[in-house]
Amino acid sequence: MKSLLTALQSGKVLISDGAWGTFLHERGLEPGECPELWNITRREDVLAIAQSYVDAGADMILTNSFGGSPFKLEHFGLADRTAELNEAAAAISREAAGPDRFVLGSIGPTGVMLMMGQVSENELYEGFKIQAGALKKGGADAIVVETMSALDEAACAVRAAKDAAGLEVVVTFTFEKTASGDFRTMMGVSPADMAKAMKEAGASIIGTNCGNGFENMIGIVEEIRKVDAVTPVLVHANAGKPVYQDGVTIFPETPEEMAGRTAALVKSGANIIGGCCGTGPAHIRAIAEAVRQLEF
Amino acid sequence: MNELVEKIGHCVESGKVDKVSPFPNSMQGQDGADELTRQALDAGVGPDEILLACNDAMERIGARFGRNEVFVPELLMAAKAMNAVMAHLKPFFQAGTVKAKGKFLLGTVAGDLHDIGKNLVSMVVEGNGWEVIDLGVDVKTAKFVDAIGKHPGCIVGLSALLTTTMANMAGTVKEIKTQFPATQVIVGGAPLTLKTAKEMGADAYAADPQGAVSFLNQTASV
Repeated sequence: MKSLLTALQSGKVLISDGAWGTFLHERGLEPGECPELWNITRREDVLAIAQSYVDAGADMILTNSFGGSPFKLEHFGLADRTAELNEAAAAISREAAGPDRFVLGSIGPTGVMLMMGQVSENELYEGFKIQAGALKKGGADAIVVETMSALDEAACAVRAAKDAAGLEVVVTFTFEKTASGDFRTMMGVSPADMAKAMKEAGASIIGTNCGNGFENMIGIVEEIRKVDAVTPVLVHANAGKPVYQDGVTIFPETPEEMAGRTAALVKSGANIIGGCCGTGPAHIRAIAEAVRQLEF
Repeated sequence: MNELVEKIGHCVESGKVDKVSPFPNSMQGQDGADELTRQALDAGVGPDEILLACNDAMERIGARFGRNEVFVPELLMAAKAMNAVMAHLKPFFQAGTVKAKGKFLLGTVAGDLHDIGKNLVSMVVEGNGWEVIDLGVDVKTAKFVDAIGKHPGCIVGLSALLTTTMANMAGTVKEIKTQFPATQVIVGGAPLTLKTAKEMGADAYAADPQGAVSFLNQTASV
């Protein structure tokens, strides 16, 4: 099993992958269809997406398991296939990544809220444990708990992932810029709150994904760095804010624009950079090239 | 205003559900919306007076949410406190002593399973005195159309979180407007803007739950 922390020790900035959902839809996934089921039924399509990011120069590939918690899979009547679908997700990314690149097993939010009593902490923990254990079994080197907004759910996922898989855990939250210019998740969590609580929960790497383009991500990383200068930070940025035009959704930031802001993002303190919604292999290739330029 | 009524409004705005509820920290051990509403009704306070105070309280917390002064947890707790009040007021609604402002039919569009945003809107709108008919998530166009037929005069709210389901939302708006041209449709959700809402043919866009309330109240008063 490879260690992200070891790979980051040299001070090298690592490149992660970009969006998956967009490309699943391009390949025919219908809205309302379960993306994780494709790990079985459309394996070659999922593999092709993973491969596209390997080819673009990513050092790590995520897995098609963002909605793979039993709570999300239950919507499709697939909760009892949690282990199978997650293991398959990791195996596909492992196949694309080969032995040298990292596979990060993706765990997204469950959509249920602890504070409203919709689920008990123990049920949540057990669900995450099944998912993380299966991702490890399929070949993940680390787990990434992503798009989180609530501290309690994220901490539960981090603990479960550590307990079940014994792997390094990355955790990223989604922040929005508030009216006063601060960054908060929809649950009111600040980047500083996140950094402290996730370190306590046992995360090896912290960071932010989704909701913002590079410009805001720089501000978020600066906030994290004010309270934590040590823990590696991962950023998965959107290609800007989506615009709906003539019946299609467009993410406005081009690969060149993202590459142009890469140096500033590294300077703010990011150690691993990749994309989220609206980014593709072209964005990742451009970011990887921009990072290479920095190293001279 | 009656002192009890004022306190009930404060409980709703603060999200103080009942005496045993630990939220908010500063009100631990005090009577909450549940106990105070019972006391007020027992003391002969009119249910409409209580309801009005709670509507105002929900409006205040909704506005603070819109200004990012409070976040989802505070809004959810306020709605929970509001529900505690409504449980006591329900008999008066059933008897016709108290009336809702109108009907609001709400759902997350086809292909989209996200319900947090929709639920927030549902709770805040209900807290403002509207009857909410919640169709749930992944609601197909036909289901919206059916429900509108069953609830004449309702206002319709559509929610979407995913960029990929915005197209479905546009289709649903179009079909509703074709079959029920007079029905007012408001849309909301993370990927939307006023511009996209207009392009879809919706009557309004709300960036937050209070925005939906403002539109509903305006439409109702026309």
